[in-house]
Amino acid sequence: MDIPKALDPAEAIQKALPDALQDVKTFRGETTLVIVPAQLVKVAQFFRDTAGLVYNYLSDISAVDYAEVSPVGGVIGISGRPDRFGVSYHLYSMLYNRRLRLKVFLPEDDPQVGTLTDVWPGANWLEREIYDLMGVTFVGHPNMKRVLLPDDWDGHPHRRDYPLGYETVQFSFNVDEILKHKPFAKE
Amino acid sequence: MAVAEQVSKWEGSIDDLRGLVSERALTGETMLLNMGPHHPSTHGVLRLLLELDGEEIVTCLPDVGYLHTGIEKTIESKRYEQGVPLTDRMDYLSPMSNNMAFCMAIEKLVDLDVPERAQVIRVMLLEMSRIASHLVWLGTHALDLGAMSVFLYAFRERERILTMFEMLSGQRMMGSYFRPGGVWRDLTPDFLPTLEGFLDIFLAKVDDYELLLTNNPIWIDRTQGIGTIEPDQALAWGVSGPGLRGSGVNWDIRKAMPYSGYEQYDFEVPLGEHGDVFDRYIVRIHEMRESHKIIRQAIKKLETAKGSFRSDDRKFVPPPRSALGQSMEAVIHHFKLWTEGFPAPDEEVFVSIESPRGEIGCYLHGDGGTKPRRVHFKTPSFMHISSLPVITKGYMLADLVAIASSMDVVLGDCDR
Repeated sequence: MDIPKALDPAEAIQKALPDALQDVKTFRGETTLVIVPAQLVKVAQFFRDTAGLVYNYLSDISAVDYAEVSPVGGVIGISGRPDRFGVSYHLYSMLYNRRLRLKVFLPEDDPQVGTLTDVWPGANWLEREIYDLMGVTFVGHPNMKRVLLPDDWDGHPHRRDYPLGYETVQFSFNVDEILKHKPFAKE
Repeated sequence: MAVAEQVSKWEGSIDDLRGLVSERALTGETMLLNMGPHHPSTHGVLRLLLELDGEEIVTCLPDVGYLHTGIEKTIESKRYEQGVPLTDRMDYLSPMSNNMAFCMAIEKLVDLDVPERAQVIRVMLLEMSRIASHLVWLGTHALDLGAMSVFLYAFRERERILTMFEMLSGQRMMGSYFRPGGVWRDLTPDFLPTLEGFLDIFLAKVDDYELLLTNNPIWIDRTQGIGTIEPDQALAWGVSGPGLRGSGVNWDIRKAMPYSGYEQYDFEVPLGEHGDVFDRYIVRIHEMRESHKIIRQAIKKLETAKGSFRSDDRKFVPPPRSALGQSMEAVIHHFKLWTEGFPAPDEEVFVSIESPRGEIGCYLHGDGGTKPRRVHFKTPSFMHISSLPVITKGYMLADLVAIASSMDVVLGDCDR
């Protein structure tokens, strides 16, 4: 069986969907294509199905929060990126043995992007995890619910402005005060 | 009285499950059954909500998160080197693989080279972890299907490997032995003889396990043709490792994208044909033999491997204790690394390695300072549990136990 010649992903997408590509970056040999969020599903399908690309395996989806947080809490800016949230899709092509990263930037209020569960069903839980921990909504997802945290959890812990939480150190002089505020099970 | 109040507070209803279970469950025609989170065959705390038609599984809804400890979030508030011990706690049956993924990501992000000797030591320990992890899997998998003795034998051999880990790192399991730039310290003098002693007997032990199981009619009845997953489906659902190779897909990251010098070792990638529980079992058994082969080669390579057990790039690796009394520069480096850490660029990298369970991916995003902006681990167990509904559909309830354990899920790995 003849294997079609491998195409350069950036050039291929530029030719097929010219308004989808925003930027191309390379760092330590990894190629990142920044994609317009509205076009993401189309782009993913293109990369999976086009001969010469065939990115048939979705390795990972991860989200980053680019917010700058003041030491006393609260978001004070975005560090050097177009928008607050970045979602990275790591694709892998078994035929050509290479990786590709697609990246979308999403705005601070109501970050949402189309789901890839129709392209790779394995995206299902990866997207739920990001919804759970980062608060990015995936439009069209069959079951957009929290996966790791309980359903009634408040907030999205992986956001930079979500506090780590701490516990006051307990000494004999403040133990009564601490015990008063601890959430013990009630009778 | 108190109990009754608690129960009446549950506000959920069967309607919450609409769309997730079949319509027959809503009318009560099929039965909804809760399995776990405390169940011996769930390998941790995995809860499965099952919809059963008689004994046949119609739907299986996994519910995870009971072991979520926020490891990724915690690493964001630690310096790069401080994150290593946390990664041990994810996949607690092969902590070295997690260390490796995280260290490799750091090394790629800051462009740090690892000396050849350190690479060989890493390969040796990764393969020992693979054997140890497969032994636990073999023991518990057989135990789930009712074969008690394999469990005892497998744990006996695993204990010998853990003893060797203890020689090196001082810990049986959570060694944090891999560090950015190499490993924590050099091999101890008694390590290699002990390892040789173990390797001498190990192949015969694998034959023993096979003697107990492979041709055993009960074992074959319980595993062959059960939990079949087609190659296309496995790829679409992100299955990796022995789960994928059991379906005949030849993808091993050690071969496809070699790291830590894996391209210099001679080993085979065992493949299955049918993608059922039995094939995944056979693949893992053969992988143990291949790992044995790799360790033998690594021992030989160690004699000629150049360099130290850890990089001597002092911007990233602290100087040895002995240098502190002699060199002012060493003191400065020591002080800077332990008070501040090393900075990494505001960029992102993704590395992945072949762990015993499958592909562990580590996504690391620096922020220009000494702490990462974001760490994310793609863990094989997470993907495998998410694919359970597809694999278990249409099989018997008793097969579920075999299928779940054949995917080798570790819940610490899944929930992180």
